[in-house]
Amino acid sequence: MSEQTINFGFSYENAKAAEAIITKYPKGWQASAVMPLLDLAQRQNDGWLPRVAMDYVADMLNMPRIRVYEVATFYTMYNLNPVGKYHVQVCTNLPCWLRGSDAIVGSCKSRLGIEFGETTEDGLFTLSEAECLGACVNAPMMQINDDFFEDIDSGSTEFILSELAAGSKPKTGSQIARVTCEPIDGLTTLTHQAEARAAKLGDA
Amino acid sequence: MLADKNRIFSNIYGLEDPFLKGAKKRGDWDGTKAILELGREEIVTRVKASGLRGRGGAGFSTGMKWSFMPKESSDRPHYLVINADEGEPGTCKDREIMRHDPHKLIEGALIASFAMGANAAYCYVRGEFFRETEALQRAVDEAYAAGLIGDNACKSGFKFDFYIHRGMGSYICGEETALIESLEGKKGQPRLKPPFPANVGLYGAPTTVNNVESIAVAPEILRRGPEWFAGFGRPNNTGTKLFLISGHVNQPCLVEEEMSIPLKELIEKHAGGVRGGWDNLKGVIPGGASVPVLPKHLCEDVLMDFDSLREQQSGLGTAAVMVMDQSTDIVRAITRLSAFYKHESCGQCTPCREGTGWMWRMMKKMSAGTAQPDEIDMLEEVTRQIEGHTICALGDAAAWPIQGLIRHFRPELEKRIAEVKSGNSQAA
Repeated sequence: MSEQTINFGFSYENAKAAEAIITKYPKGWQASAVMPLLDLAQRQNDGWLPRVAMDYVADMLNMPRIRVYEVATFYTMYNLNPVGKYHVQVCTNLPCWLRGSDAIVGSCKSRLGIEFGETTEDGLFTLSEAECLGACVNAPMMQINDDFFEDIDSGSTEFILSELAAGSKPKTGSQIARVTCEPIDGLTTLTHQAEARAAKLGDA
Repeated sequence: MLADKNRIFSNIYGLEDPFLKGAKKRGDWDGTKAILELGREEIVTRVKASGLRGRGGAGFSTGMKWSFMPKESSDRPHYLVINADEGEPGTCKDREIMRHDPHKLIEGALIASFAMGANAAYCYVRGEFFRETEALQRAVDEAYAAGLIGDNACKSGFKFDFYIHRGMGSYICGEETALIESLEGKKGQPRLKPPFPANVGLYGAPTTVNNVESIAVAPEILRRGPEWFAGFGRPNNTGTKLFLISGHVNQPCLVEEEMSIPLKELIEKHAGGVRGGWDNLKGVIPGGASVPVLPKHLCEDVLMDFDSLREQQSGLGTAAVMVMDQSTDIVRAITRLSAFYKHESCGQCTPCREGTGWMWRMMKKMSAGTAQPDEIDMLEEVTRQIEGHTICALGDAAAWPIQGLIRHFRPELEKRIAEVKSGNSQAA
């Protein structure tokens, strides 16, 4: 942990959201809310969790602070250090590797000029290596913040990063002529939906 | 080939409206009240009779699992927990159910919960599936607004709540007791069994944990009858199943097919065949990263079901088929999986915490060819020391891919070591 901030408290909006989350769990088991509340805190704090935020959540849920630190350090989606505005996570697990994730990693590193675990000087991008993200028939893929970019190659990867750097919103999901996880050359099942597919591809 | 009218997931590609209007058009929520009126016991009996085996990897009878829940209510509530922590490398089916056919999951959750006397279900979705969670939440909100779930679900008088809980990045939380720990706000470390969750699970109460796909197929099984579902596949391996085909095929895809479809047919019919043709195949991992690889000659006739794959010392797992052609460095491929298991070990049991690191380091040497020939046997021995010696199956899952590699590709390991050796001696 580094660059610790001194104060943390939920915004009015997030305090309301936290209250609603806590009611999802039975009375006496409010510790169940620790993961969503830490996520909420992280989102409010530019994508990372300073210790004061963990303490704040611990106090809110009446949990020993150490229990909250345990949770925050166990799960990989909590960032204990500041991250860039865009957290680029490239999957390099087997299905993505078989379809060329090495090249995607190469493109990210050269386009951004950083290695895994580093953040660009302008604070825009952090690059991480990710384990299987669960979009294996759309490999290779990467996740940037909350969105998946699938069926990517070096060209589309560089395009996506450039768009983000320019402040635009690149299209998420598959980057090729494919709606989601269907065979790219056309449907082999549910063939009555071929027209719907063509329409969706036409829209894109 | 399975006819479209027999496919349960009629919007799996998201080509139609995934939400309530579209879902109802496709038959979801049709006669749900009548299904509930069958009564707890009859629902469980019918699910048992369908032969449905858990779709999350272990393949345990779903109906049987439901029947383990206490029949009488006590002061403890009952819970259904849905495992949507999909993270087994190669697997991406629950994701598509949640974002494209979410009402099947919600309706299934209501029916399963009713059958187990549970008034609440928690669906634990892996954190990375943020957009999928949004879609599922939207469907849940719709179901509440339409009175399909809530205080008087489908006007049955049964109270049912459906909650979504997001994980935050941890493969081990796909293990049912780790998932329960995580849901209680702790580190995801598996619990010792017994007690089993059906007795002491979430919040100390009777709990059943089911995979998304197992739950989502339940309504259709009950609507069309257990015989219909049992009519597909082979005895003990019944039904339809979502298959994922990734890696070196011409058209990677997800497809719903009949259980026991031959692996070769699955790849050729739906995935456009192996890149460069069938003869260019090197091997297939047929059920997610945890199951041993099959070399080409075993892929010719094997059927995609629990028993056929087990006979070949592999497994159906999550039915995530990863295809590798002749260009694949198979040693490096398995090394990548070893790195994964090292990363995901929760650290609780020594054989797994230490062993996954040992295996990964030895696999790196195998990859580079810098190992000694007798270290192949040593590596095999290490996998045997881990397998079966840990609380949960992650240790086994880390050991099996390496065992499969040594079993089927030992000459490749030996050749690489020999090449590096002779290269070194030449250089010297």
